Amino acid sequence: MKKSKCNMKKTLACVQECKKLVVLSYEHKENKLTVSIKLPSHYTVQDIDTQTMEATLLPNPKDTNATILLMGLRRGGKSSICKVVFHNMQPLDTLYLESTSKPTTEQFSSLIDLSVMELPGQLNYFEPNYDSERLFSSIGALVYVIDSQDEYLNALTNLSMIIEFAYKVNPKINIEVLIHKIDGLSEDYRMDAQRDIMQRTGDELLDLGLEGVQVSFYLTSIFDHSIYEAFSRIVQKLIPELPSLENMLDNLVQHSSIDKVFLFDVNSKIYVATDSSPVDIQTYEVCAEFIDITIDLDDLYVENDDDDDNNTKQPRELRSVSHLSQGSILYLKQMIRGLALVALIKNEDARSLPGNNDNDFDQKLQSNSAVQDKSLTIIDYNINLFKKALMRMWEHSRFVPVESNNN
Amino acid sequence: MEEDEDDKLEKKLLLMGRSGSGKSSMRSMIFSNYSAFDTRRLGATIDVEHSHLRFLGNMTLNLWDCGGQDVFMDNYFTNQKDHIFKMVQVLIHVFDVESKSINKDIEIFIKALTNLQKYSPGAKIFVLLHKMDLVQIDKREELFTIMMDKLQKISNPYQFKLIGFPTSIWDESLYKAWSQIVCSLIPNMNLLNNNLLKLNQILDSEEIILFEKSTFLVISSTASIQQQNLDSLESTHITPNEELDPKRFAKISSIIKTYKQSITKLRSNFTNLIIRGSKGAHFYIDVLTDNMFIMIVLRDNTGKEGNDSSNQPQHEELLILNNIKSARKWFEKIENSGGV
Repeated sequence: MKKSKCNMKKTLACVQECKKLVVLSYEHKENKLTVSIKLPSHYTVQDIDTQTMEATLLPNPKDTNATILLMGLRRGGKSSICKVVFHNMQPLDTLYLESTSKPTTEQFSSLIDLSVMELPGQLNYFEPNYDSERLFSSIGALVYVIDSQDEYLNALTNLSMIIEFAYKVNPKINIEVLIHKIDGLSEDYRMDAQRDIMQRTGDELLDLGLEGVQVSFYLTSIFDHSIYEAFSRIVQKLIPELPSLENMLDNLVQHSSIDKVFLFDVNSKIYVATDSSPVDIQTYEVCAEFIDITIDLDDLYVENDDDDDNNTKQPRELRSVSHLSQGSILYLKQMIRGLALVALIKNEDARSLPGNNDNDFDQKLQSNSAVQDKSLTIIDYNINLFKKALMRMWEHSRFVPVESNNN
Repeated sequence: MEEDEDDKLEKKLLLMGRSGSGKSSMRSMIFSNYSAFDTRRLGATIDVEHSHLRFLGNMTLNLWDCGGQDVFMDNYFTNQKDHIFKMVQVLIHVFDVESKSINKDIEIFIKALTNLQKYSPGAKIFVLLHKMDLVQIDKREELFTIMMDKLQKISNPYQFKLIGFPTSIWDESLYKAWSQIVCSLIPNMNLLNNNLLKLNQILDSEEIILFEKSTFLVISSTASIQQQNLDSLESTHITPNEELDPKRFAKISSIIKTYKQSITKLRSNFTNLIIRGSKGAHFYIDVLTDNMFIMIVLRDNTGKEGNDSSNQPQHEELLILNNIKSARKWFEKIENSGGV
């Protein structure tokens, strides 16, 4: 329970805005009002900014959620990124998005609970009454969006200022820079832009005496899968169990003749983990689209009988297998917490077999499919083991939130 | 005699209608995997564009996409009339429902009918009232009946029976219309249907659907056969699953087409797709013959607690796949006996 001071109107506005708040008491003294409100345990109320009449909710540093903070100059594409990645909006529809005027926070539950916070570009974070310190100390990743189709020098100055401040407050913060809207740039120019931006940022940071700061750069666009790829990497850095997850996936790959495996978040198509072999963007795309296709088909045959309640209560585990003509297999299995494992299984034997005549080839194909069926059983078994391991790992890693006291 | 031979080898389909009514757009969507959005890029069709399509083994569809500008149209009805209208199996006439000069549209339709009666009186005629998405939802049905009545009256003197569909490239209606057009060309449909019902009995499935391989148009499905039987017999048999989405066939078509497109990134094609759904339905999509895909939907009615035995589903899968393999022979036989 925290106290905050503000006048009546603003309190009401504030309370209306976040309907979850419960007003416990308020007293009126000398034109000032003290309100006690009960907040969802992971929030504190920042003193309300009297000029802009805006109340901001900030995540508590003790919060279990990993927070991603989206920043950047106005019209850089922050809201569009949010909508496309987390709300499945069609990229073209983002044209009609209004400019964001207030900081917004959204919660997502995936393998880890994730908060994505968006700060509008026109806000000045360094005003004295804006508690930037608390803001930066509570977040895991700072994502700065640069519009690559625009003049970006201003953005770079802004970026280095923010990095300087954020790094001072929270040296453990991950700093990620999205060089965004690259769909409008030609292939050659993209690399030039990236090099230029990296160079300039490096120089600026050097001038500020921040040499050791790690900054990651990504070329992104909402019109292809690059934004998902970038967010996958950003989110992965926030998962404490990532090394063990990768280890488990590597193990799986080794023992099941899998070519590439992803652990996807089904809703956003971000992959929270993959094995350690390099990611080929096309394999990623195919795997992500495979999820869509499986789910779309699954949704078609829904019986809307009301008496079948016990059926709907316990949805069964979704599993989908597709054999491709060149011998590989696409495999999908539902995991825990809205995750799905998607694997591309390569069949090496299929391609190395030379078919002399049709009959021979047919026979080999048949024996091949028998081998494949067997290996599929093994893969099934292995992936089941992986799922069990994932469940156990999750049980142990779940962070028990500390009871908040009214200090 | 001569006509019989043509009947089994090649089918000539004329696609006609005024300029800008959407003929090429629908052709690209059905036969060239365009999305509705992609059709914006298409320009006007100059003269006649021919596409040849192998369909169900020994059948070739020759689609004549006739450019609809007045210059070409006049030409079709004068100099080229015997070239265009000879040996036509199917005329697909497209009307733009939002057209501003309906009289002109009808005038051309009449000209086409006149020529058709002269050169190939046995042709089937399909009328597509296109761009239905532009009409208010509650007025669509009314408009459709009025238009069809009018057009049927016009064609009565020529002894043609019209079959009409309201269509739009933005929903599933286009697939539905084309599925039925193409199905009307398949000679041994009944044999196919009977076999499908038999297979359904053996497998005790929720539904079986047959798709054409390259276009993924629906050739046949157990639900539609049952519906037909119901209509013709007026009997009180089991009502087919009405609670299912009536547009599901077209949706499946488009989902699978998306999948096919997606897979091309791996420079591959798919041979089957097996989904054990989360809601008790299991899907098996597999190659049936060289030209057909089969989709079997099974519903898991057995014990709900029997989930933990992880071995059992694997067996079931193999069983179904083997059943499909055995069914393959029968369907291949039907297909090969095709035009005879």
